[in-house]
Amino acid sequence: MEGDLAHIGAGIAAIGSGLAALGVGNVAGNYLAGALRNPSAAAGQTATLFIGLAFAEALGIFAFLVSLLLMFAV
Amino acid sequence: MATEEYSEGGSVFQFHPLDQFIVKPLFGDGPVSWYTPTNVTLWMAIALLAIVAVFVLGSRGRAIIPTRLQSVGELLYGFIYKMVEDVTGKDGVKYFPYIMSLFLFILFSNYLALIPMSYSPTSMIAVTVILGFGVFIAITILGFVKNGPAFLGLFWMSDAPAFLRPIIAIIEIISYFVRPVSLSIRLAGNIAAGHVVLKVFATFAAAALISPAAILGIIAIYGLEILVCGIQAYVFTILTCVYLKDALHPAH
Repeated sequence: MEGDLAHIGAGIAAIGSGLAALGVGNVAGNYLAGALRNPSAAAGQTATLFIGLAFAEALGIFAFLVSLLLMFAV
Repeated sequence: MATEEYSEGGSVFQFHPLDQFIVKPLFGDGPVSWYTPTNVTLWMAIALLAIVAVFVLGSRGRAIIPTRLQSVGELLYGFIYKMVEDVTGKDGVKYFPYIMSLFLFILFSNYLALIPMSYSPTSMIAVTVILGFGVFIAITILGFVKNGPAFLGLFWMSDAPAFLRPIIAIIEIISYFVRPVSLSIRLAGNIAAGHVVLKVFATFAAAALISPAAILGIIAIYGLEILVCGIQAYVFTILTCVYLKDALHPAH
């Protein structure tokens, strides 16, 4: 029965991936909102956009990692 | 491992999406030691050979009007050179060869892994941890060599209110030590997750009822993966540049 609980935990950890999607969408949406207001400044900020996306996404990947660990390593 | 008992439970699907990451020796079935040629080392070697092929063969002609291979090489070189110069400034250009090597290795092993039946070295945490900790250790040593004890000023926000500074310092130190972990796990996690999703859709394609939708799904995910592979190589490189800038100019 221990394996079943680990699978339930893996499913709960997968919620974190969905929450990271919220973060990534927030970064991209705010970038787009700013870029449409001031298009001339948009090109200089793409590097910042990707860094922000990467930071938001990394935490979702951590949740994915936790669920992988629960399924295959515990 | 509970996977075997579940997959034999009368289901049509045989889910083994993580079997693609098993490290196998190329010859025979012996134990894997550090010197054994495995599928990981094979694909790393292929990535290195591909880099050499693009850059050595491409730049051999040194044509005024570049051939296709030469313009690929020139574009990659110019792109990374401009990124290093923009982010770290003129004095960071010295470290351009290291950053370029990191970028090319990650980019080529990401893209070569999109060939069916291939293996991605960057989906292995062992490989990306070496890359991430290499960057971390190199930049920490560089920061102390360039700035001496003043490098610790990176953690001390002198323009914050005085009573907040110790708290911010603790947070900054934690975030500094999380850097190599997040660098390596971001890369490995993204690449591995993409390959798992492709494999899961491929398993769905075995069922006749949903196979058209699953094949369309594979095509869509494959397109997304082409994007993700490039973006992850770019993100790893630009974060290395940002950390390098911190090491060269630690004052806030």
